[in-house]
Amino acid sequence: MKIIIIGAGKVGRALAEGLSKEDHDVGVIDTNKTVIEELVNTCDIIGICGNGALYSVQEDAGARDADLVIATTGADEINMLICLLARKLGASHTIARVRDPRYERQLRFMRDDLGLSMSINPEKATAHEIARVLRFPTALKREAFAKGRVELIEYRIAKGSPLSDMRLSDLSSNVRAKVLICAVERNGKVSIPTGDFVLSEGDTVYITSSTAELRKFFGHMGVLRAGVDSVMIAGGSNICYYLAKELTETGIDFTIIDKNAARCNHLSEHFPHALIINGDATEVELLNEEGITRTDGFVALTDIDEANIIMSMYAIKVGVGKVVAKINRQSFADLVSRTTLTDTIISPSQVTAEQIIRYVRSMNTSPENGIVTLHRLVGGKVEAVEFNATAESGVTGITLSDLPTRDDTLIAVIVKNGNFIIPGGSDVIEEGDSVVVVTTDTALTSLSQIVRKGGVKK
Amino acid sequence: MNFRSIRYVLSRIMLAEAAFMAIPLVVCFIYRDPLWDILSFVITIAALVACGLLISIKASRDGEIFARDGLAIVSLSWIVMSLFGAVPFSIAGATSNYVDSLFETVSGFTTTGASVLPGEVIESLGQGILFWRSFTHWIGGMGVLVFVMAILPMSGAGNMHIMRAEVPGPEVGKLVSKISKTAKILYGIYLAITLAETVVLMICGMNLYDALIHSFGTAGTGGFSNRAASIGYYTNPAIHVSISIFMLIFGVNFNVYYLILLRQFKKAFDNLELKVYFAIVGVSTAIVTANIIRQVGSFGESLNLSFFQVSSLITTTGYSTTNFDTWPNLSKAIVILLMFFGATAGSTGGGFKLSRIIILVKSAIREMKKLVHPHAVSSVRIDKKTVDEDTIHGTFVYFVVYASVLLVSFFLLSADPVSEDPTTSFTAVLSCLNNIGPGLGKIVGPAGNFGTFHFLSKILLTVDMLLGRLEIFPVLMLFAPGMWKRRRSMSKARLAKIYAEDDKRLGE
Repeated sequence: MKIIIIGAGKVGRALAEGLSKEDHDVGVIDTNKTVIEELVNTCDIIGICGNGALYSVQEDAGARDADLVIATTGADEINMLICLLARKLGASHTIARVRDPRYERQLRFMRDDLGLSMSINPEKATAHEIARVLRFPTALKREAFAKGRVELIEYRIAKGSPLSDMRLSDLSSNVRAKVLICAVERNGKVSIPTGDFVLSEGDTVYITSSTAELRKFFGHMGVLRAGVDSVMIAGGSNICYYLAKELTETGIDFTIIDKNAARCNHLSEHFPHALIINGDATEVELLNEEGITRTDGFVALTDIDEANIIMSMYAIKVGVGKVVAKINRQSFADLVSRTTLTDTIISPSQVTAEQIIRYVRSMNTSPENGIVTLHRLVGGKVEAVEFNATAESGVTGITLSDLPTRDDTLIAVIVKNGNFIIPGGSDVIEEGDSVVVVTTDTALTSLSQIVRKGGVKK
Repeated sequence: MNFRSIRYVLSRIMLAEAAFMAIPLVVCFIYRDPLWDILSFVITIAALVACGLLISIKASRDGEIFARDGLAIVSLSWIVMSLFGAVPFSIAGATSNYVDSLFETVSGFTTTGASVLPGEVIESLGQGILFWRSFTHWIGGMGVLVFVMAILPMSGAGNMHIMRAEVPGPEVGKLVSKISKTAKILYGIYLAITLAETVVLMICGMNLYDALIHSFGTAGTGGFSNRAASIGYYTNPAIHVSISIFMLIFGVNFNVYYLILLRQFKKAFDNLELKVYFAIVGVSTAIVTANIIRQVGSFGESLNLSFFQVSSLITTTGYSTTNFDTWPNLSKAIVILLMFFGATAGSTGGGFKLSRIIILVKSAIREMKKLVHPHAVSSVRIDKKTVDEDTIHGTFVYFVVYASVLLVSFFLLSADPVSEDPTTSFTAVLSCLNNIGPGLGKIVGPAGNFGTFHFLSKILLTVDMLLGRLEIFPVLMLFAPGMWKRRRSMSKARLAKIYAEDDKRLGE
């Protein structure tokens, strides 16, 4: 597919990297020559230096016959203009990043006129993820499938956990809960485990099940943490705004700390009941004074990755139950999570890139056959994909023990009529089921691809 | 330094060269060449496959390639390719020693076309060996790494560094977003024009073998012929004219052909470098024609001779239909100038490249303007686009380094007693550095050969040819301090041993 990305900021770069690896023809437009040069050196893309909101530049980049144009420049207005122009030129789909809450609200009003296929709001999406994790603090990350009926959570096995040294086949007999460990990361290597796999401490495991079953499971393990009641948020950015909105709706108390007085005023207008502190969140005294020791959630959302890391380290040290750090640079995120200094790490650019890549992937297939949800795990090394099972996929009506699935792929969950099952050898995928597949092949576009080459034995 | 990736690419290069060498082997069988010719290819292919597989052990294709890895990969590949490519000449006894074989092979791969072999020896060689000699032009013209990138799955990231190091010109870009697709398009165009020339030459009366040999020589802008008198052997003027035209075609930036394929004619021809290229060809042909008309006699004949020679020299091919060493002084001066200019960037031709000269001239004019108006702000613009200061700076640096290499080599070659006058040694170096082939003077002129030079001079010229083809920097980088520095790392086994010892000590 031919994709043009306009604006090579953090999101644009993450997208260029992800999409060029998936074998799409990617062109990137940016006004900054240095950024373009760097990107051309590291990814297999074509770079164009110029203003992407100009007709001539877009035409030069081939927007006429592009399948998708993604506008991720810093300014919402320009993004909308870019998409309008791209549609006029003949691009089949457009995606715009619109961050300003005010524009976002009016987008519904003018979306069709702009010809937008999708609009993304990285801050809102990130805030949503943070809020979800705060409600289920045991998980490092939570992803939902089948309209929230099934969840996939990330969990790190701590020292002395009953899970360590456990063989996976013993898991279901020891623990009376319907859960499945579908991927394990150990020392940066990912595997889709079989029954013989033995867990050990320090492993990051990915577990699928329903929320209730997961609670039961972690309760049984004695590691379940109650949902967060009060949160301290450092940094009053847009993410903070959206997060505060979600927290208000769910009735969680929160304190916001920000350096900028104007920003604090703005926030206090929107959230009159919340405690807004004007001060530097990197000051330990201030954090203590405002009661970091008494909150059970801490979210670091400042613009500086390093500050977020350090604040989170401090919060963990003083024993805050749940700590979430926003880290934009993937390399930092890898480093920090490996040294297990922080609890949950969230990166807006990755969240956004994931959303768009999911969209692009499902563009390739027919809507009923396509991808319903897609989540990337372990920095994109593993993917969990939800499909609707159709007759065309060629996997329906066959008992799973007879279905030769590929070694790098695991059928994690099947949802039938709203009930989820962890599939065993005797289960059958039927038409209309939702199937969640976990795979290390990061280019899966349809359910039929999970069958090993050679096909189904009849 | 990413040694694993370097080894991976090198092993692929060796296997690709082995595959390429299978073609002359087939030619050997068709023409029933002597046994040693056949063996020379069989042995070399076996050696290439064995070495290629050996170094590919534990190599990886997914490593990250940075700028310096790209430079190292390109220059090492060319050196390795040349070292192996020379083996058949030595085994088959075409040359008297390995240094001569290496000179001949490097001359082939770099599309120089300078030979150490006298004409009568060339005509006595086996058809397979001669085919390989010319085929090296075709391989080297577009670049073997571009070929490897076209057919092999590589991670893609960082390959731009390789392409930039191998493809000549001040600015190297991709045609389409995928590097492998770009490489495929380039090779597709290259192959198509080569085949077109072969067909045209056959229509003009050449046999298939000669047509292929001369198409390879033209396509790579190399200049090896299987005839002692080069193209002068053929008397049919249609052959002269069609080879002249094809030489000019291969001297044009390949992006132009891609744009033509896309039917973007306006964009394709609105190109300053292209206009300058054809203007130089036109003006030079006119002057030379007028200058040699008294010597040659007829107007038609002198036009034919001058057009052929001008095309051959500006594209750095080096074919000849006449011994231009006997031309009047003015024409010889034009010959030297054309040798220096070279073809356009992004073509298979060598030389300094016209786009660089345009950048140099335009920025010189700008500097002069600045002398008059010290506060004037102006940019160097080519084809309605501003050339960025880094490119201008890079061009100046390249010019200085290029001139230094030229002068140092000139000085060193003058020490060889064989080069009888400064013209000989200067044009010999210029011809090798710009990948042309013939120079001026009795020894290196179109009628002579490089065989009589001292073997140290041959090594010097061999290095010059490589420097010229890869545009100096990749080769120089091999000798840059710190290029090969690697972090001292310990093997896993050794680490385990150290840990075990520590544990023991702690246990006590």
